[in-house]
Amino acid sequence: MAGSAELQAETAVVTAVARPAAPRHSGVVRASHWIITVSFLALLLSGSEIVISHPRFYWGETGNDLTEPLFKIPIPASRNLVPTGYGYTLPDQNGWSRALHFQTAWVLVLTGLLYVIYGFFSGHFRKDLLPSKAELSWGGIASVITHHLRLGRPSEEDEWSYNVLQRLTYLLVIFILFPMVIWTGLALSPAFDSAFPATVNLLGGRQSARTLHLFVTITLVVFLAVHVALVCRSGFKKRMRAMITGQASSTGERV
Amino acid sequence: MNRISRRKWIATGLSATAGIAGLGAAAKLAQKYGLIPPDHGGLYGPGETLTYAAMRVLTKHSMAREFSRDQISKRPFPNELAPFSEEFKRQQAAKFTEWRLAVDGMVTRPASFSVDQLKGYPAHSQITEIACEEGWSYIAEWNGVRLSHVLDMVGVLPQAKYVVYRSIETDWWDSLDMAEALHPQTFITYGMNGDELAVANGGPLRMRVPRQLGYKNVKFLTRLTVTDDLKKFGKGLGSASPEAGYAWYAGI
Repeated sequence: MAGSAELQAETAVVTAVARPAAPRHSGVVRASHWIITVSFLALLLSGSEIVISHPRFYWGETGNDLTEPLFKIPIPASRNLVPTGYGYTLPDQNGWSRALHFQTAWVLVLTGLLYVIYGFFSGHFRKDLLPSKAELSWGGIASVITHHLRLGRPSEEDEWSYNVLQRLTYLLVIFILFPMVIWTGLALSPAFDSAFPATVNLLGGRQSARTLHLFVTITLVVFLAVHVALVCRSGFKKRMRAMITGQASSTGERV
Repeated sequence: MNRISRRKWIATGLSATAGIAGLGAAAKLAQKYGLIPPDHGGLYGPGETLTYAAMRVLTKHSMAREFSRDQISKRPFPNELAPFSEEFKRQQAAKFTEWRLAVDGMVTRPASFSVDQLKGYPAHSQITEIACEEGWSYIAEWNGVRLSHVLDMVGVLPQAKYVVYRSIETDWWDSLDMAEALHPQTFITYGMNGDELAVANGGPLRMRVPRQLGYKNVKFLTRLTVTDDLKKFGKGLGSASPEAGYAWYAGI
């Protein structure tokens, strides 16, 4: 009796598994997406704290309180000597901020590496992110832009595939912005620069690298804001479910 | 079902054991090759250890970037200093003629050097950038004697692993592993841009470690202690920095 019940249960499991197609996002994509999300937010928080200790940015090799900055972020600083125009100094948070920044950078870089290796070998980049020749036409891109400008909702098809703008944006983030933010960050390490001087020299010097690190970060924050806004617009619950459980919604559902 | 889950448990158990054993072996090897920093414990210990181990391997033969004379910053930035101690003021009044750098610990000939004595040893200079963890930086020519030269004179014992160095100001101390201490660009500096090293920049003697950030470059140097165990110093974290939440290894 017990044996037959078990058999029944197993059959039920098999039919349940057989029905839906492959998940909208693979396990590797979902796991790396959330690990990188948390890492990015931790890096953003700790990086902002580090900026507060010297909210002045320069171009070239050197720069300090005695030299003219390229620009200043108009906030008070966590160090006494920085001429901010404010009459007070914020508490120094650089100790834990730096430790969190570098430890999280390790998590992000290692997760990113695994994701990129997976992306190449699984066909994820080729199938999901590389736009087709037809999509890359001006007409194809223009129609997606027009759809966005009219604040149109995504079609059913968009639940299972990315449009050409999404594909180009994700490729930009994965292959340009993240490598740039890692490169400009590594250029700020005097030890890494001693082993690989081109890391900082190609960027035009230490202070240029620091300024570029900020600019690329701002670009990534803009991407994050637009990304979250569009996820909300296209159905927050649906898109979150797809990225957490892998399940896209059943046909016709609107959230 | 049962058999599968039992097999799963055994596989999980075996891989966990192998994982822990692997980690243990890796830790032992890392310890043997000096890849574990003294502040490897705590929440951020894994990050500190990964960074230190990676940099120790990558920078084995690396040299800090050197610049041309016309890239020297017009004014070296003097960072904020705590009020000087009475002892420092007394030495300053005596124009640092009584200043001594003591060298002790695991050495065959403990010694004590005056600033003039240090100036009598082979002088070296480097035009390198000093970068503060806050973000600012400047380039200067640093004149001094190689730390490796001073260590050679006192005869470091083969089992030594670190050089602890101290400022005349209390609670200002740090340490370097032997690789960094013996590096040809690690100086005890007494001059900057051809002049005496100004007090504002750490004179009369300052440690110069150009492959690490500014805070490793302790000012007003009075004592070097060679050791094989950092646990004997302060809270055992290798320097005053980790006690204040900053990394002992400052190559990043």
